[in-house]
Amino acid sequence: MKNSLIIIAFFIAGVLIALFLHLPKSMLNANFTLYSLYLLMFLIGIGIGSDTKVRQIIKNTNIKIVLVPLSIIVGTLLGVILSSFFIKDISLKELTAVGCGFGYYTMSSIFITKISGETLGVLALLSNVFREIITLLFVPLLVKYFGKLAPIASGGATSMDVTLPIITKFVGKEYAIISVFSGAVLTILVPFLIAFILK
Amino acid sequence: MLIIIALLISGILLGFLLREKKGIIVLTDKLTNWTVYLLLLLLGISIGSNEKIISNIGSIGINAIILAVGTVIGSVLLSYVVYLLYFKKNEK
Repeated sequence: MKNSLIIIAFFIAGVLIALFLHLPKSMLNANFTLYSLYLLMFLIGIGIGSDTKVRQIIKNTNIKIVLVPLSIIVGTLLGVILSSFFIKDISLKELTAVGCGFGYYTMSSIFITKISGETLGVLALLSNVFREIITLLFVPLLVKYFGKLAPIASGGATSMDVTLPIITKFVGKEYAIISVFSGAVLTILVPFLIAFILK
Repeated sequence: MLIIIALLISGILLGFLLREKKGIIVLTDKLTNWTVYLLLLLLGISIGSNEKIISNIGSIGINAIILAVGTVIGSVLLSYVVYLLYFKKNEK
């Protein structure tokens, strides 16, 4: 949670800088962002590859664990279709790409901004931040009414890190393993799905 | 786009090879955080200087809430079905 607040603070600081200081145009369209994104993707890859926890889980659990991220993906897509009835000005394809952020707002917003522009990027940022916040706030209720997989589903990609502590507290160690696995699978899939949908 | 995917995959392979080197992993973690901060700062700057977004932030925000709630409902309901069918019976 603390880390998310820092990230949001940096984002808001950026918005304020742009609103109140008049930056030269040349600074805005620099390739700097692109190279930072390249660096980030590489670093995230190292993080995933070196994570022994994830590999152990894959080795020690049975096949039905795969159903968890799968149901989250399909459920999210159904949710996107449901939402699209209430959102007029954005195409289903673009909404699907945003939905496939699965709460991983840093990656999805930066990535979608690069492919589709800033307007959709902001939607990706806000919508995926909201998904994370909803999860953080409603874990106890979700567990009570929709079972122990519900907070893992709601958390999406964040269920491996940001929302993991609170999820673990309410579903127990056994489901914490499922939570890490599902979050890791979704995290890895985010850039692939977004690129595939928007290409 | 291909470059990004290729970088992610080569990172995963390198991470796997370096998995025992704790120092490098911790450093990578810190560097990842700061790169994210930097990128979000830059994203903030480019959004703050985009008048189209700033004047539409209300409707973008509402759409974002609708989409967040929709995707949570969809995935929670489907995971509940999976939970009832495959997971619940194994619990004590």
